[in-house]
Amino acid sequence: MYHDVIMTGFGGQGIQMISQLVAVASIKKGLNITYLPSYGVEKRGGRTNVTLVISDEEIGSPITNTPSGLIAMDLIGLEFYQPIVARNGLLIVNADLIPDDRIKRDDLNILKIKCNEEALRIGNQKMANMILLGCYIHEIDFLDIDDISRIMHEVLPAHHAESIPDNLNAIKRGMELASSK
Amino acid sequence: MLDRKLTKGNIALAEGAIQAGCMFYFGYPITPQNDIPEYFAKNLPKIGGTFVPAESEIASINMVMGAAASGKRAMTSSSGPGISLMQEGISYMAGSEIPCVIVNIMRSGPGLGGIDPTQGDYNQAVHGGGHGDYSNIVLAPASVQEMFDLTIKAFELADKYRNPAMIIADAMIGQFQEACRLIPEHPVKSYDKNWSLLGCESREPRLLKSLYLGPGEQETHNLDLQKKYRTMEEHEVLYESIGLEDAEVMIIAFGTPSRVAKTAIKELRKNGIKAGLFRPITLFPFPKKEIHEYSKKTGKILVVEMNTGQMLNDVIIASDRNSTVSFFGRPGGGIPYPDEIISHAMKLL
Amino acid sequence: MNRIFEHPKSLKYTNTHFCPGCTHGVAHRLIADAIDKLNIREKTIGIPGVGCCVFLYKYFNIDVLEAPHGRAPACATGMKRAQPDKIIFSYQGDGDMAAIGTSEIIHAANRGENISVFFINNSVYGMTGGQMAPTTLLGQQTTTSPYGRDFKTEGYPIKMAEMLATLEGVAYSSRVSLHSPKHINQASKAIQKALEMQINEMGFSVVEMLSTCPTNWRVSPTEALETVDREMIPYFPLGVYKERKGKDFL
Repeated sequence: MYHDVIMTGFGGQGIQMISQLVAVASIKKGLNITYLPSYGVEKRGGRTNVTLVISDEEIGSPITNTPSGLIAMDLIGLEFYQPIVARNGLLIVNADLIPDDRIKRDDLNILKIKCNEEALRIGNQKMANMILLGCYIHEIDFLDIDDISRIMHEVLPAHHAESIPDNLNAIKRGMELASSK
Repeated sequence: MLDRKLTKGNIALAEGAIQAGCMFYFGYPITPQNDIPEYFAKNLPKIGGTFVPAESEIASINMVMGAAASGKRAMTSSSGPGISLMQEGISYMAGSEIPCVIVNIMRSGPGLGGIDPTQGDYNQAVHGGGHGDYSNIVLAPASVQEMFDLTIKAFELADKYRNPAMIIADAMIGQFQEACRLIPEHPVKSYDKNWSLLGCESREPRLLKSLYLGPGEQETHNLDLQKKYRTMEEHEVLYESIGLEDAEVMIIAFGTPSRVAKTAIKELRKNGIKAGLFRPITLFPFPKKEIHEYSKKTGKILVVEMNTGQMLNDVIIASDRNSTVSFFGRPGGGIPYPDEIISHAMKLL
Repeated sequence: MNRIFEHPKSLKYTNTHFCPGCTHGVAHRLIADAIDKLNIREKTIGIPGVGCCVFLYKYFNIDVLEAPHGRAPACATGMKRAQPDKIIFSYQGDGDMAAIGTSEIIHAANRGENISVFFINNSVYGMTGGQMAPTTLLGQQTTTSPYGRDFKTEGYPIKMAEMLATLEGVAYSSRVSLHSPKHINQASKAIQKALEMQINEMGFSVVEMLSTCPTNWRVSPTEALETVDREMIPYFPLGVYKERKGKDFL
């Protein structure tokens, strides 16, 4: 099994958080992962990108120029990484910030999710990232929501512990949205 | 398996140092290694250790010298420009045979350069850097786990040989995260330090120095150092090899390029091309004999580095004269991708 | 019979390489006497800088670490942090401390490192053959200021004792001279004071000693002593620039 995904957005959208959840949950299942965040200059100006590689074998390269998945929470991230997603790969976009006509690929499994709007609907606008994570969980086969739920307390800062049920609800909502597409 | 924690390379390194018994850290901020001093600043005071935010890298390395001369495990870390400033102190410690660990999380140069990953400091670390005829022990981790394990190893080797040990990792190895076992694989070794300066109570005074002015003294001292380096070459070489039993092409790389090469090799083999990897883990002592033996067997060698060809020269010297050595490098912050390595390897066949 | 004079235990019984009329030997003797008197020889570690002072390891009967040029205060910092119960001193010339090592001395002093610094100011680079130092007097001829030091191009002689006294971390800063028996007695007291400051954990202590370099000044030993009195002291006034009395700084 081998899977690589790039998650991209601007600071505060929770890209690092959902990447960490996927990484830690995968490790708990005995999988190998590499987690490569943007750092330093790349980070200035507010970009957040994470490249995740997940495999049941030893992982070589932690970088990829043909990711099998892309989660784009904003337009800049989409435009930068859209061209390199592998054919038949997965593309999850935040449709609140990304206009339909900017999605140029037609050879991908594309999920356009109004995650900001959905987050408001379920009562917490901070949960947009968790909704996209739910979509992602639905589309991959090596993790399910129980794997995430099991490790959420390890990843979330202690002072956010009481928000775990809200986070799980948002993930569930994302899974529903993905299954109805 | 399940006690592995998602850990950043730089943090694994700092935690490895603490578990190796390093209670003294001296350093000056520079990207991309700031996680290291920050980790020590937070954690050393809790366990009775000492963290000093030094006024410069020059001061850092000399503070390390003072603590290490006291028989303590001590270290500093920096990146390109800071490591350049430390070269004076490293040379003195090599000459005075004071063990310590210096970490270079390499950023691209020359000059202020950039903070992207690079391996541009290979020659500086392996072939001197400072003045005089000396060698550092140089270790090159290629995973977060090795950032932890090789840091412990660096302290052990430094003490065993009374020599500065350097860890050189490109910024990617410092900044990325993997699952890591944060417990030493073996009990950490320690060595008797009957040379350390503790005050001369009930014994003759001791002296740590690198100045030898008497007739022939400096030459004798240098020959003694060289003897030590040869012993390291005899006993301390570390490397990893993959698929070299039947390889038609041997890729030689360390750090991040060795990781990318592993992916490339898997692809090549899927397509029926027998590629293999030789990854030096100790850059000094360099695995000369091993590369020579494999080059006789394989014949076609591709060296991949994130520079314009520094380890390349050591590979050429080590390889059998009938083998062909090619090079693919991306300097100044460029990272080779698997498909680039694949196409360069294909060219050799 | 009471013995009233003997070779200090903290000095080896050997000849020095110092030139006739050089006061490095006097400084060595005074520091060794103070170490003996305070009974700290077995827990004292000396760190000489580079220059004529480097041979301290040949003459002192104590543990010694040779530091790179100017870096002794940083080495002393690392050593004192590793062994707070030991007495650590650096011994540095003016080229070492007041030029190449200004960063290290200022920051060690500012951190209030509990170390003692003995600073030999003879207004030239001695070992390398008498080049201009930051402490070279205006008009003084050296091999690299052959027409005399000119403030317009080389600036003014640097006053380390005064400068260091301005830093909060400094417990004791004084300037003494080694050119006459009276001044040597005063110097002896200052050196002992500096070490006592360290023993009592009062913080950073420094003693600047005006010294001779007859060889590079191109004068006789006697003339060198007179030169200190006539030319150095007027520019580098003697005295205690800072002395911490109690521990209310803590």
